[in-house]
Amino acid sequence: MRHFIAISDLSREDALAVLATAEHMAETQSRSIRKLPTLVGTTVVNLFFEDSTRTRISFEAAAKRLSADVINFSAKGSSLSKGESLKDTALTLQAMGADAVVVRSGSSGAAHLLAHAGWIDQPIINAGDGAHEHPTQAMLDAFTLRRHLRPGDPSADLEGLHVVIVGDILHSRVARSNVLLLTLLGARVTLVAPPALVPVGASSWPCEISYDLDAALATGPDAVMMLRVQHERMVGGGFFPTAGEYSRRYGLSTARAATLPAHTIVMHPGPMNRGLEIAGAVADSPRSVIVEQVASGVFVRMAVLYHLLATDAREAHRDR
Amino acid sequence: MNDDHGGPAQGAASTGPQGHDISRVLGAEEIRRALTRIAHEILESGHGADDLVLLGIPHRGVPLVRRLAELIARAEGRPDADDPLDLHGALDITMYRDDLRGNPTRAPSPTRIPRGGIDGRTVVLVDDVLFSGRTVRAALDALSAIGRPAAVRLAVLVDRGHRELPIRADHVGKNLPTARTERVHVQLAETDGQDAVDIVRPGTGEGERA
Repeated sequence: MRHFIAISDLSREDALAVLATAEHMAETQSRSIRKLPTLVGTTVVNLFFEDSTRTRISFEAAAKRLSADVINFSAKGSSLSKGESLKDTALTLQAMGADAVVVRSGSSGAAHLLAHAGWIDQPIINAGDGAHEHPTQAMLDAFTLRRHLRPGDPSADLEGLHVVIVGDILHSRVARSNVLLLTLLGARVTLVAPPALVPVGASSWPCEISYDLDAALATGPDAVMMLRVQHERMVGGGFFPTAGEYSRRYGLSTARAATLPAHTIVMHPGPMNRGLEIAGAVADSPRSVIVEQVASGVFVRMAVLYHLLATDAREAHRDR
Repeated sequence: MNDDHGGPAQGAASTGPQGHDISRVLGAEEIRRALTRIAHEILESGHGADDLVLLGIPHRGVPLVRRLAELIARAEGRPDADDPLDLHGALDITMYRDDLRGNPTRAPSPTRIPRGGIDGRTVVLVDDVLFSGRTVRAALDALSAIGRPAAVRLAVLVDRGHRELPIRADHVGKNLPTARTERVHVQLAETDGQDAVDIVRPGTGEGERA
Protein backbone atom coordinates (compact mmCIF):
# COMPACT_ATOMS: atom_id res chain seq x y z
CA MET A 1 0.00 0.00 0.00
CA ARG A 2 1.42 3.35 -1.07
CA HIS A 3 -1.71 5.47 -0.53
CA PHE A 4 -5.04 4.82 1.16
CA ILE A 5 -7.53 6.28 -1.30
CA ALA A 6 -10.36 3.83 -1.77
CA ILE A 7 -11.54 0.44 -0.62
CA SER A 8 -11.73 -0.51 -4.31
CA ASP A 9 -7.89 -0.39 -4.36
CA LEU A 10 -7.57 -2.91 -1.53
CA SER A 11 -7.19 -6.66 -1.65
CA ARG A 12 -8.78 -8.84 1.01
CA GLU A 13 -5.28 -9.43 2.43
CA ASP A 14 -4.58 -5.67 2.63
CA ALA A 15 -7.85 -5.12 4.49
CA LEU A 16 -7.22 -7.95 6.95
CA ALA A 17 -3.65 -6.75 7.52
CA VAL A 18 -4.88 -3.27 8.46
CA LEU A 19 -7.55 -4.76 10.75
CA ALA A 20 -4.95 -6.99 12.43
CA THR A 21 -2.67 -4.00 13.03
CA ALA A 22 -5.66 -2.06 14.37
CA GLU A 23 -6.27 -4.83 16.94
CA HIS A 24 -2.66 -4.47 18.00
CA MET A 25 -3.05 -0.70 18.26
CA ALA A 26 -6.17 -1.18 20.39
CA GLU A 27 -4.21 -3.38 22.75
CA THR A 28 -1.43 -0.78 23.11
CA GLN A 29 -4.05 1.85 23.95
CA SER A 30 -5.02 0.03 27.14
CA ARG A 31 -1.52 0.46 28.57
CA SER A 32 -0.62 3.00 31.22
CA ILE A 33 1.37 4.97 28.64
CA ARG A 34 -0.53 5.08 25.37
CA LYS A 35 1.94 6.98 23.25
CA LEU A 36 4.05 4.85 20.93
CA PRO A 37 7.36 6.14 19.50
CA THR A 38 6.74 4.50 16.12
CA LEU A 39 6.42 7.58 13.89
CA VAL A 40 8.60 9.99 15.84
CA GLY A 41 10.09 12.64 13.56
CA THR A 42 7.41 12.43 10.88
CA THR A 43 4.86 15.10 10.07
CA VAL A 44 1.26 14.33 9.15
CA VAL A 45 -0.81 17.10 7.57
CA ASN A 46 -4.57 17.13 7.95
CA LEU A 47 -5.83 18.94 4.85
CA PHE A 48 -9.55 19.55 5.27
CA PHE A 49 -11.50 21.35 2.57
CA GLU A 50 -14.77 20.38 4.24
CA ASP A 51 -16.20 20.51 7.74
CA SER A 52 -15.35 17.61 9.91
CA THR A 53 -14.93 17.27 13.62
CA ARG A 54 -14.64 13.61 14.45
CA THR A 55 -12.63 12.48 11.43
CA ARG A 56 -10.08 15.26 11.80
CA ILE A 57 -9.75 14.79 15.55
CA SER A 58 -9.56 11.03 15.08
CA PHE A 59 -6.70 11.32 12.57
CA GLU A 60 -5.02 13.86 14.81
CA ALA A 61 -5.28 11.58 17.85
CA ALA A 62 -4.05 8.60 15.82
CA ALA A 63 -0.99 10.47 14.51
CA LYS A 64 -0.17 11.87 17.94
CA ARG A 65 -0.46 8.49 19.68
CA LEU A 66 2.21 7.31 17.21
CA SER A 67 4.39 10.34 18.07
CA ALA A 68 4.03 12.03 14.67
CA ASP A 69 3.76 15.81 14.50
CA VAL A 70 0.41 17.04 13.19
CA ILE A 71 -0.34 20.16 11.18
CA ASN A 72 -4.01 21.00 10.67
CA PHE A 73 -4.70 22.83 7.45
CA SER A 74 -8.29 23.91 7.13
CA ALA A 75 -8.90 25.23 3.63
CA LYS A 76 -12.60 25.77 4.03
CA GLY A 77 -13.93 28.99 2.61
CA SER A 78 -11.09 29.41 0.16
CA SER A 79 -12.25 31.42 -2.81
CA LEU A 80 -9.77 29.80 -5.16
CA SER A 81 -11.17 27.32 -7.58
CA LYS A 82 -10.72 23.86 -6.14
CA GLY A 83 -8.33 22.50 -8.79
CA GLU A 84 -5.91 25.40 -8.45
CA SER A 85 -6.08 25.49 -4.71
CA LEU A 86 -5.46 21.75 -4.44
CA LYS A 87 -2.36 21.97 -6.61
CA ASP A 88 -0.92 25.01 -4.86
CA THR A 89 -1.66 23.53 -1.49
CA ALA A 90 0.02 20.27 -2.49
CA LEU A 91 3.16 22.09 -3.63
CA THR A 92 3.22 24.04 -0.37
CA LEU A 93 2.87 20.89 1.72
CA GLN A 94 5.58 19.17 -0.29
CA ALA A 95 7.90 22.12 0.28
CA MET A 96 7.13 22.10 4.02
CA GLY A 97 8.26 18.51 4.30
CA ALA A 98 5.00 16.74 5.10
CA ASP A 99 5.46 12.95 5.32
CA ALA A 100 1.80 12.12 4.73
CA VAL A 101 -1.32 14.08 3.84
CA VAL A 102 -4.77 13.26 5.12
CA VAL A 103 -7.27 14.92 2.80
CA ARG A 104 -10.99 15.56 3.11
CA SER A 105 -12.73 17.24 0.22
CA GLY A 106 -16.22 17.80 -1.10
CA SER A 107 -15.02 16.82 -4.56
CA SER A 108 -15.02 13.16 -5.49
CA GLY A 109 -11.57 12.15 -6.67
CA ALA A 110 -9.66 14.87 -4.78
CA ALA A 111 -7.53 12.34 -2.90
CA HIS A 112 -6.82 10.39 -6.07
CA LEU A 113 -5.78 13.57 -7.88
CA LEU A 114 -3.49 14.58 -5.03
CA ALA A 115 -1.89 11.13 -5.03
CA HIS A 116 -1.38 10.80 -8.76
CA ALA A 117 -1.03 14.29 -10.26
CA GLY A 118 2.71 14.39 -9.50
CA TRP A 119 2.49 17.46 -7.26
CA ILE A 120 3.44 15.62 -4.12
CA ASP A 121 5.45 12.45 -3.42
CA GLN A 122 4.04 11.55 -0.03
CA PRO A 123 1.43 8.96 0.90
CA ILE A 124 -2.12 10.34 0.65
CA ILE A 125 -4.91 9.16 2.93
CA ASN A 126 -8.48 9.79 1.87
CA ALA A 127 -10.58 11.12 4.75
CA GLY A 128 -13.67 11.40 2.54
CA ASP A 129 -13.98 12.72 -1.01
CA GLY A 130 -17.38 13.97 -2.11
CA ALA A 131 -19.83 11.12 -2.59
CA HIS A 132 -17.04 8.73 -3.61
CA GLU A 133 -15.35 6.97 -0.68
CA HIS A 134 -14.47 7.26 2.98
CA PRO A 135 -12.24 4.22 3.36
CA THR A 136 -11.08 4.65 6.97
CA GLN A 137 -14.73 4.91 8.07
CA ALA A 138 -15.46 1.57 6.40
CA MET A 139 -12.38 0.06 8.06
CA LEU A 140 -13.50 1.21 11.50
CA ASP A 141 -16.99 -0.13 10.85
CA ALA A 142 -15.58 -3.51 9.81
CA PHE A 143 -13.32 -3.45 12.88
CA THR A 144 -16.27 -2.73 15.19
CA LEU A 145 -18.46 -5.35 13.49
CA ARG A 146 -15.77 -7.98 13.85
CA ARG A 147 -15.16 -7.24 17.52
CA HIS A 148 -18.85 -7.71 18.30
CA LEU A 149 -19.87 -10.46 15.95
CA ARG A 150 -16.62 -12.45 15.72
CA PRO A 151 -15.34 -11.85 19.25
CA GLY A 152 -11.92 -13.12 20.22
CA ASP A 153 -10.78 -13.80 16.67
CA PRO A 154 -8.48 -11.03 15.43
CA SER A 155 -7.87 -12.78 12.11
CA ALA A 156 -11.52 -13.45 11.22
CA ASP A 157 -13.25 -12.04 8.17
CA LEU A 158 -16.97 -11.21 8.06
CA GLU A 159 -18.11 -14.33 6.18
CA GLY A 160 -21.76 -15.13 6.81
CA LEU A 161 -22.75 -11.80 8.37
CA HIS A 162 -25.65 -9.74 7.07
CA VAL A 163 -25.44 -5.94 7.38
CA VAL A 164 -28.30 -3.58 6.56
CA ILE A 165 -27.31 0.00 5.68
CA VAL A 166 -30.18 2.47 5.84
CA GLY A 167 -30.72 6.01 4.67
CA ASP A 168 -29.13 8.62 2.48
CA ILE A 169 -27.14 6.35 0.16
CA LEU A 170 -27.08 8.98 -2.58
CA HIS A 171 -24.86 11.42 -0.71
CA SER A 172 -23.01 8.79 1.28
CA ARG A 173 -19.39 7.92 0.67
CA VAL A 174 -19.66 5.84 3.86
CA ALA A 175 -22.23 3.55 2.25
CA ARG A 176 -20.16 2.95 -0.87
CA SER A 177 -16.95 2.23 1.04
CA ASN A 178 -18.82 -0.07 3.40
CA VAL A 179 -20.53 -2.02 0.62
CA LEU A 180 -17.14 -2.63 -1.00
CA LEU A 181 -15.27 -3.50 2.19
CA LEU A 182 -17.90 -5.60 3.94
CA THR A 183 -18.52 -7.68 0.81
CA LEU A 184 -14.75 -7.97 0.24
CA LEU A 185 -14.60 -9.52 3.71
CA GLY A 186 -17.44 -11.92 2.96
CA ALA A 187 -20.47 -10.19 4.47
CA ARG A 188 -23.82 -9.72 2.72
CA VAL A 189 -25.04 -6.12 2.50
CA THR A 190 -28.55 -4.77 1.96
CA LEU A 191 -29.04 -1.07 1.27
CA VAL A 192 -32.37 0.43 2.31
CA ALA A 193 -33.42 3.90 1.17
CA PRO A 194 -36.21 5.84 -0.47
CA PRO A 195 -35.81 5.51 -4.25
CA ALA A 196 -34.77 9.17 -4.59
CA LEU A 197 -31.82 8.58 -2.26
CA VAL A 198 -30.40 5.60 -4.16
CA PRO A 199 -27.63 6.67 -6.56
CA VAL A 200 -27.84 5.88 -10.25
CA GLY A 201 -25.73 2.80 -10.90
CA ALA A 202 -26.13 1.38 -7.40
CA SER A 203 -27.73 -1.69 -8.98
CA SER A 204 -24.24 -2.70 -10.16
CA TRP A 205 -22.88 -2.67 -6.58
CA PRO A 206 -22.34 -6.06 -4.95
CA CYS A 207 -25.38 -5.72 -2.65
CA GLU A 208 -29.15 -5.95 -2.52
CA ILE A 209 -31.28 -2.80 -2.59
CA SER A 210 -34.59 -2.49 -0.80
CA TYR A 211 -37.08 0.34 -0.32
CA ASP A 212 -38.77 -1.31 2.67
CA LEU A 213 -37.01 -0.98 6.02
CA ASP A 214 -39.40 -3.25 7.94
CA ALA A 215 -38.91 -6.07 5.42
CA ALA A 216 -35.13 -5.70 5.64
CA LEU A 217 -35.18 -5.73 9.44
CA ALA A 218 -37.46 -8.79 9.43
CA THR A 219 -34.66 -10.84 7.87
CA GLY A 220 -32.84 -10.59 11.21
CA PRO A 221 -29.60 -8.84 10.18
CA ASP A 222 -26.48 -9.01 12.36
CA ALA A 223 -25.97 -5.26 12.18
CA VAL A 224 -27.99 -2.22 11.18
CA MET A 225 -26.07 0.85 10.10
CA MET A 226 -28.05 4.08 10.02
CA LEU A 227 -26.72 6.88 7.81
CA ARG A 228 -27.09 10.58 8.47
CA VAL A 229 -29.57 12.47 6.34
CA GLN A 230 -27.22 14.98 4.75
CA HIS A 231 -29.36 18.12 4.69
CA GLU A 232 -26.44 20.29 3.59
CA ARG A 233 -26.15 18.32 0.34
CA MET A 234 -29.88 18.39 -0.39
CA VAL A 235 -30.08 21.85 -1.89
CA GLY A 236 -33.25 22.16 -3.89
CA GLY A 237 -35.00 19.48 -1.85
CA GLY A 238 -37.41 16.97 -3.30
CA PHE A 239 -35.61 13.92 -1.99
CA PHE A 240 -38.39 13.06 0.45
CA PRO A 241 -41.65 14.88 1.31
CA THR A 242 -41.12 15.71 4.98
CA ALA A 243 -38.74 14.85 7.78
CA GLY A 244 -41.66 13.26 9.60
CA GLU A 245 -42.46 10.94 6.74
CA TYR A 246 -38.80 10.01 6.30
CA SER A 247 -38.54 9.23 9.99
CA ARG A 248 -41.73 7.11 9.92
CA ARG A 249 -40.64 5.03 6.94
CA TYR A 250 -36.83 4.94 7.25
CA GLY A 251 -36.02 5.92 10.84
CA LEU A 252 -34.84 3.34 13.37
CA SER A 253 -37.48 3.87 16.04
CA THR A 254 -37.62 2.15 19.41
CA ALA A 255 -40.43 -0.08 18.11
CA ARG A 256 -38.44 -1.13 15.03
CA ALA A 257 -35.30 -1.78 17.09
CA ALA A 258 -37.35 -4.03 19.39
CA THR A 259 -38.05 -6.39 16.47
CA LEU A 260 -34.34 -7.07 15.94
CA PRO A 261 -32.61 -10.24 17.19
CA ALA A 262 -30.85 -9.85 20.54
CA HIS A 263 -27.35 -10.00 19.04
CA THR A 264 -27.95 -7.34 16.38
CA ILE A 265 -25.84 -4.22 16.80
CA VAL A 266 -26.83 -0.70 15.74
CA MET A 267 -24.20 1.53 14.13
CA HIS A 268 -24.06 5.14 12.93
CA PRO A 269 -21.04 6.93 11.46
CA GLY A 270 -22.09 10.19 13.15
CA PRO A 271 -22.95 12.94 13.55
CA MET A 272 -26.49 11.75 14.29
CA ASN A 273 -29.77 13.52 13.66
CA ARG A 274 -31.47 12.14 16.75
CA GLY A 275 -35.18 11.73 16.12
CA LEU A 276 -34.75 11.73 12.33
CA GLU A 277 -32.88 8.65 11.11
CA ILE A 278 -32.43 7.16 14.59
CA ALA A 279 -34.43 7.51 17.81
CA GLY A 280 -32.42 8.86 20.73
CA ALA A 281 -33.38 5.86 22.86
CA VAL A 282 -32.02 3.45 20.24
CA ALA A 283 -28.76 5.41 19.91
CA ASP A 284 -28.31 5.12 23.67
CA SER A 285 -29.47 1.50 23.97
CA PRO A 286 -27.13 -1.37 24.88
CA ARG A 287 -27.13 -2.68 21.29
CA SER A 288 -25.76 0.63 20.02
CA VAL A 289 -22.01 0.60 19.33
CA ILE A 290 -21.91 4.20 18.08
CA VAL A 291 -19.52 5.49 20.74
CA GLU A 292 -17.30 2.46 20.29
CA GLN A 293 -17.08 3.23 16.56
CA VAL A 294 -15.37 6.49 17.50
CA ALA A 295 -12.77 4.64 19.58
CA SER A 296 -12.27 2.09 16.78
CA GLY A 297 -11.63 4.99 14.41
CA VAL A 298 -8.47 5.97 16.26
CA PHE A 299 -7.14 2.38 16.24
CA VAL A 300 -7.84 1.92 12.53
CA ARG A 301 -6.29 5.26 11.59
CA MET A 302 -3.21 4.44 13.66
CA ALA A 303 -2.99 1.19 11.69
CA VAL A 304 -3.30 2.96 8.33
CA LEU A 305 -0.66 5.54 9.28
CA TYR A 306 1.58 2.72 10.44
CA HIS A 307 1.21 0.78 7.20
CA LEU A 308 1.89 3.83 5.04
CA LEU A 309 4.58 5.54 7.11
CA ALA A 310 6.46 3.04 9.25
CA THR A 311 8.20 1.71 6.20
CA ASP A 312 9.69 4.17 3.82
CA ALA A 313 7.53 3.35 0.84
CA ARG A 314 9.46 5.65 -1.48
CA GLU A 315 12.68 3.74 -0.77
CA ALA A 316 10.92 0.45 -1.27
CA HIS A 317 9.56 1.59 -4.62
CA ARG A 318 12.91 2.87 -5.78
CA ASP A 319 14.52 -0.48 -5.04
CA ARG A 320 12.19 -2.33 -7.32
CA MET B 1 12.18 -11.00 16.43
CA ASN B 2 13.80 -11.86 13.15
CA ASP B 3 13.45 -15.29 11.74
CA ASP B 4 17.10 -15.19 10.87
CA HIS B 5 19.62 -13.11 12.69
CA GLY B 6 21.82 -11.02 10.50
CA GLY B 7 22.79 -10.96 6.89
CA PRO B 8 20.77 -9.36 4.14
CA ALA B 9 19.51 -12.55 2.53
CA GLN B 10 16.79 -13.50 5.02
CA GLY B 11 14.54 -16.47 4.58
CA ALA B 12 16.95 -18.72 2.71
CA ALA B 13 16.27 -22.43 2.94
CA SER B 14 18.29 -24.41 5.44
CA THR B 15 19.48 -26.94 2.91
CA GLY B 16 22.25 -24.86 1.49
CA PRO B 17 21.31 -23.62 -1.96
CA GLN B 18 23.71 -21.20 -3.66
CA GLY B 19 26.63 -22.85 -1.92
CA HIS B 20 25.66 -21.88 1.66
CA ASP B 21 27.65 -23.75 4.25
CA ILE B 22 25.44 -24.86 7.14
CA SER B 23 26.65 -26.26 10.42
CA ARG B 24 24.50 -27.46 13.28
CA VAL B 25 25.46 -25.86 16.58
CA LEU B 26 22.71 -27.10 18.89
CA GLY B 27 20.42 -30.09 18.53
CA ALA B 28 17.13 -30.79 20.29
CA GLU B 29 18.77 -32.39 23.34
CA GLU B 30 21.25 -29.53 23.78
CA ILE B 31 18.46 -26.97 23.52
CA ARG B 32 16.50 -28.86 26.18
CA ARG B 33 19.52 -28.92 28.50
CA ALA B 34 20.27 -25.24 27.92
CA LEU B 35 16.69 -24.23 28.73
CA THR B 36 16.65 -26.41 31.86
CA ARG B 37 19.82 -24.73 33.06
CA ILE B 38 18.43 -21.25 32.30
CA ALA B 39 15.23 -22.09 34.20
CA HIS B 40 17.26 -23.07 37.27
CA GLU B 41 19.48 -19.99 36.95
CA ILE B 42 16.41 -17.75 36.84
CA LEU B 43 15.05 -19.40 39.98
CA GLU B 44 18.36 -19.14 41.81
CA SER B 45 19.00 -15.51 40.94
CA GLY B 46 15.46 -14.52 41.85
CA HIS B 47 15.21 -16.67 45.01
CA GLY B 48 12.21 -18.59 43.70
CA ALA B 49 9.33 -17.98 41.33
CA ASP B 50 7.48 -15.40 43.42
CA ASP B 51 7.06 -12.05 41.68
CA LEU B 52 8.60 -13.48 38.55
CA VAL B 53 7.25 -12.65 35.08
CA LEU B 54 8.68 -14.18 31.92
CA LEU B 55 8.00 -12.25 28.72
CA GLY B 56 8.87 -13.71 25.32
CA ILE B 57 9.74 -11.45 22.41
CA PRO B 58 7.92 -12.64 19.26
CA HIS B 59 8.26 -14.74 17.40
CA ARG B 60 10.57 -17.41 18.81
CA GLY B 61 10.83 -15.90 22.27
CA VAL B 62 7.18 -16.86 22.79
CA PRO B 63 7.54 -20.67 22.57
CA LEU B 64 10.81 -20.42 24.51
CA VAL B 65 9.12 -18.57 27.34
CA ARG B 66 6.35 -21.17 27.44
CA ARG B 67 8.93 -23.93 27.84
CA LEU B 68 10.83 -21.99 30.52
CA ALA B 69 7.62 -21.34 32.45
CA GLU B 70 6.84 -25.07 32.37
CA LEU B 71 10.36 -25.99 33.54
CA ILE B 72 10.20 -23.42 36.34
CA ALA B 73 6.77 -24.57 37.47
CA ARG B 74 7.99 -28.16 37.52
CA ALA B 75 11.17 -27.26 39.44
CA GLU B 76 9.07 -25.39 41.99
CA GLY B 77 6.60 -28.25 42.29
CA ARG B 78 3.77 -26.01 41.08
CA PRO B 79 2.54 -27.26 37.72
CA ASP B 80 1.37 -24.26 35.78
CA ALA B 81 -1.23 -26.01 33.67
CA ASP B 82 -4.48 -24.39 34.77
CA ASP B 83 -3.24 -20.82 34.50
CA PRO B 84 -0.63 -20.34 31.83
CA LEU B 85 -0.92 -16.54 32.01
CA ASP B 86 0.20 -16.32 35.60
CA LEU B 87 3.93 -16.57 35.00
CA HIS B 88 4.55 -15.85 31.36
CA GLY B 89 3.42 -13.65 28.50
CA ALA B 90 4.53 -12.06 25.25
CA LEU B 91 5.90 -8.59 24.57
CA ASP B 92 5.65 -7.29 21.03
CA ILE B 93 8.21 -4.60 20.25
CA THR B 94 7.32 -3.74 16.64
CA MET B 95 6.09 -0.23 17.46
CA TYR B 96 9.30 0.51 19.38
CA ARG B 97 11.84 -0.50 16.76
CA ASP B 98 14.31 2.08 15.48
CA ASP B 99 14.70 0.43 12.08
CA LEU B 100 11.11 0.55 10.82
CA ARG B 101 12.01 2.87 7.98
CA GLY B 102 13.74 1.17 5.10
CA ASN B 103 12.33 -2.23 6.01
CA PRO B 104 9.14 -3.88 4.80
CA THR B 105 6.16 -3.23 7.05
CA ARG B 106 6.21 -5.65 9.94
CA ALA B 107 2.97 -7.15 11.12
CA PRO B 108 2.78 -6.70 14.88
CA SER B 109 2.15 -9.69 17.16
CA PRO B 110 -0.06 -9.67 20.23
CA THR B 111 1.30 -8.57 23.59
CA ARG B 112 0.04 -10.58 26.57
CA ILE B 113 0.88 -9.46 30.08
CA PRO B 114 0.15 -11.84 33.00
CA ARG B 115 -2.82 -10.77 35.08
CA GLY B 116 -0.66 -9.63 37.98
CA GLY B 117 0.97 -7.02 35.75
CA ILE B 118 4.67 -6.20 35.89
CA ASP B 119 4.78 -3.43 38.49
CA GLY B 120 7.22 -4.30 41.27
CA ARG B 121 7.96 -7.75 39.84
CA THR B 122 11.09 -9.16 38.23
CA VAL B 123 10.65 -9.36 34.47
CA VAL B 124 12.80 -11.79 32.49
CA LEU B 125 12.82 -10.95 28.79
CA VAL B 126 13.35 -14.02 26.61
CA ASP B 127 14.49 -14.09 22.98
CA ASP B 128 16.10 -16.70 20.77
CA VAL B 129 19.19 -14.79 19.60
CA LEU B 130 21.00 -11.80 21.07
CA PHE B 131 22.78 -9.91 18.28
CA SER B 132 22.94 -6.10 17.99
CA GLY B 133 20.92 -5.52 21.17
CA ARG B 134 18.45 -3.26 19.37
CA THR B 135 15.54 -5.63 19.87
CA VAL B 136 16.23 -5.64 23.61
CA ARG B 137 16.44 -1.85 23.71
CA ALA B 138 13.04 -1.69 22.00
CA ALA B 139 11.70 -4.24 24.51
CA LEU B 140 12.90 -2.09 27.42
CA ASP B 141 11.04 0.89 25.94
CA ALA B 142 7.92 -1.20 25.43
CA LEU B 143 8.10 -2.39 29.04
CA SER B 144 8.31 1.13 30.40
CA ALA B 145 5.01 1.96 28.70
CA ILE B 146 3.35 -0.95 30.48
CA GLY B 147 4.66 -0.49 33.99
CA ARG B 148 7.63 -0.31 36.30
CA PRO B 149 9.21 -3.68 37.10
CA ALA B 150 11.44 -4.07 40.15
CA ALA B 151 14.14 -5.47 37.85
CA VAL B 152 14.50 -6.57 34.24
CA ARG B 153 16.72 -9.49 33.23
CA LEU B 154 17.50 -11.01 29.87
CA ALA B 155 17.63 -14.66 28.88
CA VAL B 156 18.59 -15.79 25.38
CA LEU B 157 19.11 -19.16 23.78
CA VAL B 158 22.09 -17.96 21.72
CA ASP B 159 24.39 -14.96 22.17
CA ARG B 160 26.15 -14.42 18.85
CA GLY B 161 28.02 -11.22 19.75
CA HIS B 162 28.34 -8.03 17.64
CA ARG B 163 26.51 -5.79 20.11
CA GLU B 164 25.75 -2.25 18.94
CA LEU B 165 24.41 -1.12 22.32
CA PRO B 166 25.60 -1.55 25.92
CA ILE B 167 23.39 -4.57 26.61
CA ARG B 168 24.27 -8.02 27.92
CA ALA B 169 22.29 -11.14 28.76
CA ASP B 170 21.93 -12.49 32.30
CA HIS B 171 21.23 -16.04 31.16
CA VAL B 172 22.69 -17.49 27.97
CA GLY B 173 22.01 -20.94 26.53
CA LYS B 174 25.08 -20.89 24.29
CA ASN B 175 27.71 -18.28 23.46
CA LEU B 176 28.33 -18.52 19.75
CA PRO B 177 31.22 -16.60 18.20
CA THR B 178 30.13 -15.63 14.69
CA ALA B 179 31.17 -13.45 11.81
CA ARG B 180 28.79 -10.64 10.92
CA THR B 181 28.11 -12.14 7.53
CA GLU B 182 27.00 -15.44 9.03
CA ARG B 183 23.40 -16.03 9.96
CA VAL B 184 22.17 -17.85 13.04
CA HIS B 185 19.13 -19.89 12.15
CA VAL B 186 17.05 -20.98 15.14
CA GLN B 187 14.30 -23.53 14.66
CA LEU B 188 11.82 -24.54 17.35
CA ALA B 189 9.36 -27.41 17.26
CA GLU B 190 6.40 -25.05 17.85
CA THR B 191 7.20 -22.77 14.92
CA ASP B 192 9.44 -24.80 12.61
CA GLY B 193 8.73 -28.47 13.32
CA GLN B 194 12.07 -29.25 14.95
CA ASP B 195 14.51 -27.95 17.55
CA ALA B 196 17.85 -26.87 16.09
CA VAL B 197 20.30 -23.98 15.89
CA ASP B 198 22.39 -23.68 12.72
CA ILE B 199 25.06 -21.29 11.55
CA VAL B 200 24.71 -20.45 7.88
CA ARG B 201 27.85 -19.14 6.17
CA PRO B 202 27.31 -17.36 2.91
CA GLY B 203 28.78 -19.15 -0.07
CA THR B 204 31.65 -17.74 -2.11
CA GLY B 205 30.75 -14.73 -4.19
CA GLU B 206 28.57 -13.12 -1.48
CA GLY B 207 31.31 -10.78 -0.40
CA GLU B 208 32.48 -12.13 2.92
CA ARG B 209 34.50 -9.47 4.69
CA ALA B 210 34.11 -9.99 8.41
